[in-house]
Amino acid sequence: MLDIKDLRVHFRSEPPGKDAVKGISLHMESGEILGLVGESGSGKTVTAMALSSLLPNARAEITGKITFNGMDVFSATREELRALRGQSISVVFQEPMTSMDPTMRIGPQVEESLTVHGLYTPEERKQRAIQAMRDAELPDPESLYRKYPHELSGGMLQRAMIAAAIICDPVLLICDEPTTALDVTVQEGILNLLKKINREKGTGILFISHNLHVVRKLCTRVAVMCRGEVVETGDVDQVFFHPQQEYTKRLIAAIPTRNRKR
Amino acid sequence: MEPILEIRNVNSFYRIGGSAFSKGRTVQVLKNINLTLYQGEVLGLVGESGSGKSTLAKSILGMTEYEGEIIHHSRRPQMVFQDPYSSLNPAFSIRRIVEEPLIIYGKYNGAERRQRVEEMLAAVGLGPEFHDRKPRELSGGQRQRVSIAAAMIVRPRLVILDEAVSALDVTIQDQILDLLMKLRREYDLTYLFISHDLNVIYQCCDRVIVMKKGEILEENTVDGLFENPRHEYTRQLLRAAE
Ligand SMILES: Nc1ncnc2c1ncn2[C@@H]1O[C@H](COP(=O)(O)OP(=O)(O)OP(=O)(O)O)[C@@H](O)[C@H]1O
Ligand SMILES: Nc1ncnc2c1ncn2[C@@H]1O[C@H](COP(=O)(O)OP(=O)(O)OP(=O)(O)O)[C@@H](O)[C@H]1O
Ligand SMILES: [Mg+2]
Ligand SMILES: [Mg+2]
Repeated sequence: MLDIKDLRVHFRSEPPGKDAVKGISLHMESGEILGLVGESGSGKTVTAMALSSLLPNARAEITGKITFNGMDVFSATREELRALRGQSISVVFQEPMTSMDPTMRIGPQVEESLTVHGLYTPEERKQRAIQAMRDAELPDPESLYRKYPHELSGGMLQRAMIAAAIICDPVLLICDEPTTALDVTVQEGILNLLKKINREKGTGILFISHNLHVVRKLCTRVAVMCRGEVVETGDVDQVFFHPQQEYTKRLIAAIPTRNRKR
Repeated sequence: MEPILEIRNVNSFYRIGGSAFSKGRTVQVLKNINLTLYQGEVLGLVGESGSGKSTLAKSILGMTEYEGEIIHHSRRPQMVFQDPYSSLNPAFSIRRIVEEPLIIYGKYNGAERRQRVEEMLAAVGLGPEFHDRKPRELSGGQRQRVSIAAAMIVRPRLVILDEAVSALDVTIQDQILDLLMKLRREYDLTYLFISHDLNVIYQCCDRVIVMKKGEILEENTVDGLFENPRHEYTRQLLRAAE
C-alpha cells in the first residue's frame, strides 16, 4: 500500500547537507500497523508530513519516491492530492492545539473532511461526528460538539483530533504521538479503538510514538529512527528483545520502571 | 517543613460565552481543593484526562477565576505548559525565548545573560544550531525542552511542570529528569509534577495527589500510593498501568 524509497527532506533555512530526513525507506502492506519510534528530533513528524504532502515546497526540499496505492505522490495532480489528503490519508497531529482552528467549534472541525468532500447531509454529518467522538472515548460528545478548542483539556483535544481523523474511514491513518497526553485508562481505550478500525475496516496505521510499550501493544512491525535515518526495522518483539543497534538498546534501557528513584 | 504554597477551599471557574455586553456564564471545574506544598518537595499530580490538573496549575498562577484562598510563599513561580507550542512566542528565536525571563528578572547584564542561556540550552540538549530558530522550526520534543529551559533559567523556587516530559523519547526524558532533580537538590526547588506516567511519578515524587472530576480523591506518600492505594480509582489507575 505504501512504499517510501530514499526519502530525503531538507529545510531551505538550514545549511546544505544538513537534512532533517536522510534518505529513508519504509514499506507498509495494506491493513498493517507499523510503529515508528525514535529520538526526539529524529525526523518522525517530518516524515509523516512529507507522506501526507503537507510540507510546503517553499520551505522544504523533498526528494525520493513515495508510492501510495500505486500512485506516485510527488507527481500527483492538485486534485489527486486533495482527494489523498482528505479521504485516503488522515493525520492525527502531535500538538492538537496547533492543528485546530481556535475560532471554530469542535463539531464542525471533526466533520470537516466530510464537509469538504460534500458527503452526507448536515444532520448525518453531525451524527457521524458525535459517533466518532464517542468512539474516541470522549465523554458527553453532544455538548463537546458545541465547544471551542480552548475549552477542552489537552487529552480531550487529542481525542477530538482522533475523531476528526477516523470519521472519513481513511485507507491510511497516521497518528503522531496520539496518546502522549492521555492517562493510562483512556490510552487503553484509544489503542483498542485503533485495533478495532484496523480489524473491521482494514485501515493501515502508521503509529508514531516514543513509547515502546504502547508500540508493542499495538504494532506487529516497528521502525526505529535516529538522527534522520531508519536504523532498525523488524518484528516488534524481535526488536524489543534482541535490539541490534546501539540507539535501540539505549531506547529500551531508558524505559522508566519502578525499580529506582531519582 | 515550611509551606511554599497553600490552597484553601478553592473552587475554580471558567467563563464562557462572555462579550463586551454580557458576562456570559461560568462553569465550575475544581471543587473544594485543599492542598499544601512544602518547600523542597516534589508533589505528583495524577488523574483522569479532563479531571482538572491543568486547571489547578492555572489557578495557582492566577490564570482562572476562583473562590477561596491561594497563598504563595515564593515569588515568580514558573510553569512549563502542557502545550509548548502555544506558550512559546512564535516571533522570537529560541535564544530570545529563553533569555526573556532573565531580562524581566533584571539582575544580569547582557554578557551574563547570554552565558546563562547557552548553558541552559546545552543542559536540555539543544546545541547552537537550534538557537536562532523559531519555535515552528523545531520538533515537538525540542519545543518542550525550550519551555523547560525558559522556566528553569531564573531558578524559580516553585515550578509547575504540566506533562513537561511527555513528548520526549525516553533517552532524552531520562536526561531531562536527571537535570530537574539535580537543580532541585542544588537550589532546594519545589515541583508540582503533573504526569500520566506512573513510573515517572514513582521515580521523581515524594507525595502524590490523585484527582478525578475536579476533586482530590487521594493524597498519599509515593510509596503509600503504590503499595496501599486508598481509593478504588487509584487502584484502577495502577492496574491499567501494569
Ligand atoms: N520548519 C523547520 N525548519 C528547520 N528545521 C526543522 C523544521 N521542522 C523540523 N525541523 C528539524 O527537523 C528535525 C526532525 O524534526 P521532527 O519534527 O521530524 O522530529 P521528531 O522525530 O518528530 O521529534 P519529536 O519526537 O521531538 O517530535 C529536527 O531536528 C527539527 O529541529
Ligand atoms: N478555558 C476553558 N473554558 C471552559 N472549560 C474549560 C477550559 N479549560 C478547560 N476546561 C474544562 O475543564 C475541565 C478540566 O480541564 P483540564 O485541562 O484542567 O484537565 P486535565 O486534568 O489537565 O486533563 P488532561 O490530562 O487531558 O490535560 C475539562 O472538562 C475541560 O473541558
Ligand atoms: Mg514529532
Ligand atoms: Mg492538562
